[in-house]
Amino acid sequence: MNHLVLGIETSCDETGIGIVRGTTLLANVISSSMEQHARFGGVVPEVAARAHLDAIEPALRQALAEANVTLDELDAIAVTSGPGLAGALMVGVGAAKALAVALDKPFYAVNHLVGHVGADVLRTEGEGQLELPTIALLVSGGHTSLLLVRDLTRDVELLGETIDDAAGEAFDKVARLLGLPYPGGPHIDRVAAEGNQTAVRFPRGLTLPKDLERHRYDFSFSGLKTAVARYVERLRDAGEPVPVPDIAASFREAVADVLTAKAVAACRD
Amino acid sequence: MLLAIDTSAGTAVALVADDGSVVAERSTADIRRHAEVIGPFLADVLAAEGDVRVTGVVTGIGPGPYTGLRVGIAAAHAVAFARGIPLHAVPSHDAVAISLVEDGVAAGRFAVVTDARRREVAVTIYSAALPLPRTVEPAHLVPRIEWVPGDGITAYEVTEIPAAPLAHAAYARIAAGMTALAPRPLYLRAPDVTLSAPKRVS
Ligand SMILES: [Zn+2]
Repeated sequence: MNHLVLGIETSCDETGIGIVRGTTLLANVISSSMEQHARFGGVVPEVAARAHLDAIEPALRQALAEANVTLDELDAIAVTSGPGLAGALMVGVGAAKALAVALDKPFYAVNHLVGHVGADVLRTEGEGQLELPTIALLVSGGHTSLLLVRDLTRDVELLGETIDDAAGEAFDKVARLLGLPYPGGPHIDRVAAEGNQTAVRFPRGLTLPKDLERHRYDFSFSGLKTAVARYVERLRDAGEPVPVPDIAASFREAVADVLTAKAVAACRD
Repeated sequence: MLLAIDTSAGTAVALVADDGSVVAERSTADIRRHAEVIGPFLADVLAAEGDVRVTGVVTGIGPGPYTGLRVGIAAAHAVAFARGIPLHAVPSHDAVAISLVEDGVAAGRFAVVTDARRREVAVTIYSAALPLPRTVEPAHLVPRIEWVPGDGITAYEVTEIPAAPLAHAAYARIAAGMTALAPRPLYLRAPDVTLSAPKRVS
């Protein structure tokens, strides 16, 4: 079962073209519009969609060249069909469907979350198989989800997800209020290295017993973001210095704590 | 033979022979299902491709709502790339202008008008001619309540863009040696972005 498949992903701010043969990755070309969003502190959907349309054909050419395969050799075309930014997704879906029809190849629409888990099926030589069932924790600027994967193509269950901001969004927002650049993740990580993660005890969302009843595997980061904002405002109002490294480290710790606690709980249950 | 695709309003796909005759076409006025119908429409139309193969793809570049418009343009890019054939861009209003003149409806100066949402209309002014009406004023946005056609100009507001005359426009552009347009949407509006400073929470 060594099918040659080309995948197109345009759900957010990166135009991704991947080519795999079975579980071997042959090409993974990514064209990012991140720099165009940086000054807005977050992804602007229309800017992302415009960038996808400009990037998709060059990315396709590059991926085929890197994989050293021709379009005729492909066995199938796959595309991220959602969830994601509608305008951005539509570029990939339009291109993928047309490519499949023009080449007379089968077409597969893939759920974005399952696509992320699918990345873990890729193997380098000598590596073992992915063991199933497994719990998958997806964390990025777009998602915070816990999945139970029994079978990648037939049985993936969404156990829980964020009920407000994704973890990455919380990093972006907290970075802004600490005066750090976008994207927040790497910058908070950088300054947190100098800080004390136990300096401030920020709230852990949806971990109280009453929340766990209804939201055992769900996440919430907007309360945490507000707590950080309130903490910073109080210091500024009092004219006290804001210990950015300590706050960054404590915030990061609060996020990591909830993510790991819920993921481990899902594995045990 | 050209394959023409337009998703600036509904979705329209046509296969047009070099003599201008329509070999196959599919269309819908539905403005919300571009991504859904583009695959089946392309498959149906390309099924009519016999021994005479498609030699080029034509894409309408709007004006039109960007999300839907990009579905067709992305699809056109993909077909051209897959087949290794050229991609031609044509303003979508040109398709309407051509069919109005071909059908003997429009003469002299006339305007093609489409809805642009947000209480605006997109307007292109033409002077009737064949094979390609001459563009007097390229596509631009005007508030709907303020827009009145100028003296002697008849306005035609449409809700569908046909694909076959889009191919006719491409043939005419190629024959006349006109400058090729970029196969990307006519972006008449800048992206909506808000640059807000973090608000106080306490
Ligand atoms: Zn994702």
